[in-house]
Amino acid sequence: MARIAGVDLPNKHVDIALTYIYGIGHSSALKICEATGIDISKRMNDLTAEEINKLRKVIENDYKVEGRLRTEVSLNIKRLMDIGSYRGLRHRRGLPVRGQRTRTNARTRKGKKKTVAGKKKR
Amino acid sequence: MSRSVKKGPFIAKSLYKKVVEMNKTGERKMIKTYSRCSTIIPEMVGFTISVYNGKTWIPVYITENLVGHKLGEFSPTRLFRGHAGSDKKASRR
Repeated sequence: MARIAGVDLPNKHVDIALTYIYGIGHSSALKICEATGIDISKRMNDLTAEEINKLRKVIENDYKVEGRLRTEVSLNIKRLMDIGSYRGLRHRRGLPVRGQRTRTNARTRKGKKKTVAGKKKR
Repeated sequence: MSRSVKKGPFIAKSLYKKVVEMNKTGERKMIKTYSRCSTIIPEMVGFTISVYNGKTWIPVYITENLVGHKLGEFSPTRLFRGHAGSDKKASRR
């Protein structure tokens, strides 16, 4: 199994396997394949060590992935919270940040439903 | 979509005039403004600007890392005091 950027990649088509890395989606995976000249119809286990090294190099040099990307994201959020902006407040409260409704839905941010007594139509 | 770079950041003319003038004279007065949608520009750093939130003016001290945000982001318009009855529940436990 190939290990790139600290992630074990499954034996799938190269472009799909690369998306198992945090920070690489399908479109950047395709770009990486193009840059390294690897045929995307190949599966991960069929790659030679040389090809894997090529992939590793491109990802290391041109992309921000995994831990470094995660810290960047959390730093960005922390910055918003520290300067006391509205977006920071929403992050602190665990509510949607981009102006979505919260009367209903917003379950991704708010977590599981907490039932409130007497909250029904009058 | 983000704003076209060609236009530069938006800032209300009246506010901009005041900022430029205060920079010239070196005065440190509070500026009161209704213009929540104005971008914070580097020239404002060090000032305290009072931003209207629909009811009162909230003083915002401008530091370097606020540059690029809008004034209104730092003057919340809503006040959430908790739901009715949620206090009771908390005390009962």
